[in-house]
Amino acid sequence: METVLVISGILAIALRSATALLYTILGEIIAERSGVMNLGLEGMLLSSAMIAFAAAYHSESLGLGVLAAVLMSAFLAAIFAGLTIFFQADQVLTGLVLFIFGSGLSSFLGQRLGPGGATLVGLAGPKFSRIPIPILSEIPILGDLFFNQDIFLYALYFIIPVCGFILYRTRLGLNLRAVGENPITSDTLGLRAQLTRFLAVVAGGAFVGLGGAQIALSYSPGWTDGMTSGRGWIAFALVIFSTWDPGRAVLGAILFGGISALQFRLQAIGLAVPSAVLRMLPYIFTLVTLILISSPRFLKRAGIPAGLGRNFIRGGEKN
Amino acid sequence: MEAAPILHKKTMTLKTLRFKVDPYSADRTTRLKISGLSAIVAILASSGLFLLVGANPIQAFSSMFTGAFGNWEYWSVGEFYQLSETLVKMIPVLLTTLAVLTAFRMRFWNIGADGQFAMGAVAATGIALFSKSWFPSLPDWFVLPLMFIAGMLAGALYASISAFLKLKFGVNEIISTLMLNYVAILLAEYLYFGPWQDPQGMGFPGTAQFELFARMPRLFGRVHPGLIFGLVVALLLWIWLDRTPQGFEVKMTGLNPQAARYAGVNLVRNTLLVMLVSGAIAGLAGMSEVSGLAYRLQQGVLAGYGNTAIIVAWLSRLRVGPAVIVSFLISALLVSGEQVQISLGLPAAIALVLQGLILFVFLIGDFFTRFRISRVQLTTKQEQM
Repeated sequence: METVLVISGILAIALRSATALLYTILGEIIAERSGVMNLGLEGMLLSSAMIAFAAAYHSESLGLGVLAAVLMSAFLAAIFAGLTIFFQADQVLTGLVLFIFGSGLSSFLGQRLGPGGATLVGLAGPKFSRIPIPILSEIPILGDLFFNQDIFLYALYFIIPVCGFILYRTRLGLNLRAVGENPITSDTLGLRAQLTRFLAVVAGGAFVGLGGAQIALSYSPGWTDGMTSGRGWIAFALVIFSTWDPGRAVLGAILFGGISALQFRLQAIGLAVPSAVLRMLPYIFTLVTLILISSPRFLKRAGIPAGLGRNFIRGGEKN
Repeated sequence: MEAAPILHKKTMTLKTLRFKVDPYSADRTTRLKISGLSAIVAILASSGLFLLVGANPIQAFSSMFTGAFGNWEYWSVGEFYQLSETLVKMIPVLLTTLAVLTAFRMRFWNIGADGQFAMGAVAATGIALFSKSWFPSLPDWFVLPLMFIAGMLAGALYASISAFLKLKFGVNEIISTLMLNYVAILLAEYLYFGPWQDPQGMGFPGTAQFELFARMPRLFGRVHPGLIFGLVVALLLWIWLDRTPQGFEVKMTGLNPQAARYAGVNLVRNTLLVMLVSGAIAGLAGMSEVSGLAYRLQQGVLAGYGNTAIIVAWLSRLRVGPAVIVSFLISALLVSGEQVQISLGLPAAIALVLQGLILFVFLIGDFFTRFRISRVQLTTKQEQM
């Protein structure tokens, strides 16, 4: 029984730390399915976490905090999308610039947006508390695990299946994937590849904003510089790990969340596995997955969008 | 019988203005004009940012200039501290830029300079800390050259992993180099928090300070011989990449791998070679940072110059000469942030915001060197009932 409790304790932490990651992964999956690779996730996550806390603090409204985060992240995504889709800037390069811009912006504004132009560090604002769902949360072990969490996780129970449904079972999803596979053909067929890509990237950005809000308003309420601790980069890796599938993204996020939870647990019982070594695991997992799926045949089956990372502009087709 | 109603056929001419985009390649003068214009727009945008945060742009620019280069007051008394700090910052920026530039020439997207840098720093630190206890008879003067070699070798081998994965399994190098960054940085963290931690450091996240024989001498200020490494590497790279047949092969492979293969270029050998060189340069950057500046491996040494390097390489259009100049300017921008914090009370992170803003402008400017936009008038005749 005790082992079960320990494991469910680890899983509870795992789920909590996986939530923001999942929103970020979903956002990137949407963008990448349309063929645009946004490396600037970390910058978007940092900025949206900062603005979520700042807005919630000043307005004392959690809703406004979440809204601000979504708008901020979608705005940054729109800059990225405008540059890469309409101005044909290189996606890798623009992503890195977005990361630099976003991390600078969050650090700069975070030190200025407190009361009277002071820092946000150390302030306590409103935060989302855990909401136990009646009846369901009474289920032994599982109830506490899945139905005594924050609203962000509950929302995911709907968002993930809906995302999967839209992606695979609707015309919208088909169009999105078509543009990601072959923008030139799709555009010729009247799908307006550039517009589709733009909207996909901005929608993805909005999801990343929800992740940022979860970090600043629920997971670790408050603001400190660099508070997302590299989750944006991890999410980028886990998108590949999940082979661009919202369902498998859950596996990746929980695996990673589990590792960070395990880390606390192992330290607590004094087991001498260095945290740095544990934290390496997701990257090594991703790399190994990548080696396994990188044969061209498998990648196609696994769902890598064939047009990923390649810019498209109407009238500018070179190949 | 009713007469069929007579339908008046009216022809309407619809005129729509459309923008047409055509790929082209701008000539040198156009490029220069666009760069100049981008610079002006970037300055205006930065001024706008300063106004937005309630600072006087002219005051801000002048304090940034002072922060990066000093001013007459300092120079007249022979004080060049700010300039030397910019040069200190320039060393890792320049070396990592040269590293990624080499790989990018072949369109091998090595964004793993951070990881190779970290491995170079780790290897050099290992030699600095332990070579004397492993080989007690090792002469003091031999330690630094050993660190130099170890740093380059570690960086090169680490970079070659991604080259191997790409050649053998077709693994995308952007992702593999990115993943290996974390592994290397976490390995370094494990070492300086764990087995290599300074026993006398009372929990300080770092190794013990290097003995004197493992430290490079300072040239002036805090500037160390890494600057010379950077300039020598730049010269050698320029000769290799721009003045030898092999450099041409590398460039050709990048532009058109198929054509290069038909022309008899050995892709496998060239990819491996290029990544070994690229990694070695990044490793050298790591080595010079620990043995020239920090004298230990510690938190903050691995400050992530890889991202900046990619941007510098792009801004200099993968050419070695401009890379040296742009590295210097970007380093000045990074250093100047601290001065803005001191004299205007703005957080130093504004330098990052500015950097992003300036780069956004240049990314847009670049579009106009590759695409020509022309307005076309589409005339469609529509028959209306």
